Amino acid sequence: MDIIMCGVGGQGTVLASRVVGEAAISQGYEVRTSEIIGMAQREGPVVSQVRIGTRLHGPLIPDASADYLLGFELAEAVRNLDKLEAKGQALVNTHMIVPPTVYLGISKYPNEQLIDYLKEQTSGLVLINANELAAQAGSTKAISAVMLGAFTALCPDIDETMLLRELLARLPQRVQEINTRAFKLGKQFVEGETR
Amino acid sequence: MTRQLLLGNEAIAWGAIAAGVKVATAYPGTPSTEIFSTLANQAKRYGFYAEWCVNEKVALEVAYGSAISGARTLVTMKQVGLNVAADPLLSGTYLGVKGGLVLVVADDPGPHSSQTEQDTRHFAGFAKVPVLDPSDPQEAMEMVIEAFDISEKYHLPVILRPTTRVCHVGQDVNLPEIISRNSEVHFEKGGDWVIFPSVSLRKHGELLESLNTLGQEFSSSPFNYREGQGEYAIACSGVSYHYVKEALQRLNIIDNTEILKISTPYPFPEELAAQYLRQHERLLVIEEQDPVLEDAILRLAGKIGLHLQLSGKHDVMVPGTGELNVDLVTKAIADWSGKNLKSRPIPAKPELPIRRPILCAGCPHRASFYAIRKAAGKKSDVVFTGDIGCYTLGMMPPLSAVDTCLCMGAAITQAQGIGRAEPGRQTIAVLGDSTFFHSGITGVINAVYNQYPLTLVILDNSTTAMTGFQPHPGTGQTATGEIVAAVDLQKVLAGCGVTFIKRVDPINLKEAVATVKEALAFDGPAVVIMERACINLPEVKSSAPVVIDMDKCKDCGLCVTEIGCPALVMETGQKPQVLESCAGCGLCIEVCPFDAIQGGDN
Repeated sequence: MDIIMCGVGGQGTVLASRVVGEAAISQGYEVRTSEIIGMAQREGPVVSQVRIGTRLHGPLIPDASADYLLGFELAEAVRNLDKLEAKGQALVNTHMIVPPTVYLGISKYPNEQLIDYLKEQTSGLVLINANELAAQAGSTKAISAVMLGAFTALCPDIDETMLLRELLARLPQRVQEINTRAFKLGKQFVEGETR
Repeated sequence: MTRQLLLGNEAIAWGAIAAGVKVATAYPGTPSTEIFSTLANQAKRYGFYAEWCVNEKVALEVAYGSAISGARTLVTMKQVGLNVAADPLLSGTYLGVKGGLVLVVADDPGPHSSQTEQDTRHFAGFAKVPVLDPSDPQEAMEMVIEAFDISEKYHLPVILRPTTRVCHVGQDVNLPEIISRNSEVHFEKGGDWVIFPSVSLRKHGELLESLNTLGQEFSSSPFNYREGQGEYAIACSGVSYHYVKEALQRLNIIDNTEILKISTPYPFPEELAAQYLRQHERLLVIEEQDPVLEDAILRLAGKIGLHLQLSGKHDVMVPGTGELNVDLVTKAIADWSGKNLKSRPIPAKPELPIRRPILCAGCPHRASFYAIRKAAGKKSDVVFTGDIGCYTLGMMPPLSAVDTCLCMGAAITQAQGIGRAEPGRQTIAVLGDSTFFHSGITGVINAVYNQYPLTLVILDNSTTAMTGFQPHPGTGQTATGEIVAAVDLQKVLAGCGVTFIKRVDPINLKEAVATVKEALAFDGPAVVIMERACINLPEVKSSAPVVIDMDKCKDCGLCVTEIGCPALVMETGQKPQVLESCAGCGLCIEVCPFDAIQGGDN
């Protein structure tokens, strides 16, 4: 199983990929993750890749072969959509992080076209406002928890309890309650959407 | 043995601990940084010594001193760091070591976060240092242990060369058992530790002999092997090995291919390769960066008189720049083997926003760059010489306050060259505190000595931010957390002979602008230290976000277009908005001509 997680530096894609990786190891799978650390972390586009299974090869997912795409940011989901398999499942946060180049007139952020493109080009798509759900849980910083909770509702192969446990293990005590709530809100949202 | 998700860098650190490392040194640099951070965190527990050094040359020299005293020593850096450390490496390889000395030098094909795509395997060959090329975290961990053994057996430094897709790849790794070793560490006087021309000549001969023997030994190394069988032949190294295997599966020819995996590009395992080549006249070589393996095979074929049909970088079957991936390797193998490759056409995408790395919301040195621009005058042609680290990002519009960036410390020296070539052309050199300690000081001394009227702005954020907030000599904290006396920038500059040295908080914009203007006008080297800690440091508290008084706001948009802060947004025809990422630095308050923004630090 191949998972692409993409977003903007600081959104927690690296954390999310490690949590999924740890949970998969606990379930007895082999794991490869790949992330880019460094310059791109400063508000730049970031992509984490997670490969789970047996007899795995390299850390990079080939084009058009990811089973899941977790887009933490709308435009970044579109940017990385080439990685998703034709029948793959996309989970996309509709929250936009508009870069200053747009306000400086250097580029554009055509959000409606981006959403239309996602709808046309994916066979499985869940749009979720993860920032709103995170805020509802108590902190907009809990986006990763929302996305991971939502992911468990879409991916039966990863054990939900294990995933939440691995997430909390990497967070300080004081934000655990908020993140648990965010995780559950994400899961419930997808269950409501896909019922 | 426990199985754990470890980054390649963490796995390398654990390998070194298992090998009984006694001293570890480093200067941070992506993608190598976490090797040493992991070691520093474990140093007390496992009873070894670890220090962040001022730069890579220093790190290698400290490490070399420990190694000739008999200690197992590890030094880590990024590939361009080895350029800085080249001097001790080449001499140290002639003289050799007593305790194992392993250099981990991380390459960054792509490049993702580096100036060049240079190939450390070449550097190793040039320096006559054995080099190991791991393909994944598990192998990297095993290779560190092997590298220490080789180093001690042959009395040579050994380089382990992981790439970004080994360093920053997570894998379920089997942790090695950590056995405590008691090695005798004592510097013996009277050894061959003085590099003198006659000693060099003799040592050079011994070095060639060692490399020859080691090359033979490498033919039976468990890290070099032939795998599979069939009419197709592919030689590969590093992470490309995994791309090749996956590509062969996708193309359905894995059962008809024999792979030659070479993990010791230098010295080259000629015997193993010769046996393989005698059975495969037609061969494809897949490796990242330079054609190191390919050239070694060409040399060997010439030496033993083999006719080969060799494909790889030289016939552009494999791309010569950028990093490889499964798709590129699949295409290369398909082109070479004549197999068909199915690919799905991807429909044209809507225009996507350009998203470049920029200074963080609340970065106090956005204000510094703004102040520098203001002081230079909007339409002036002052040249801004920039440097490595977060502050390269000062080049991004609308700040556009970096015209050059070459290598660590070059802001100071390039400014002098520009001013010398074009007398009267003003320059402002800008670099960070960690970079200044790394290699800025000699440039300042050069300006003082040669009487160049340098204007230098040091953006002091009290950390090495880009690589993940490492301490440095100016922070008063060591790698293992001890609080020590901080090296005072002002005293260092005064000691170098600079007479104009002023500290200013960039958030006090008017004062900052005035101080830079004063420095520009000063007849002689002048340094302004913009002092304000990185907003991401745990001890730095953000202020509450600023608030825009919508009655006073005239929609001029200057707050957005002047400073490019990611926490300020403005849709066409609407009022600007403050996002919650605002750290309240208050720079926008200074920029607003209508006093419509309130709150923040000011």
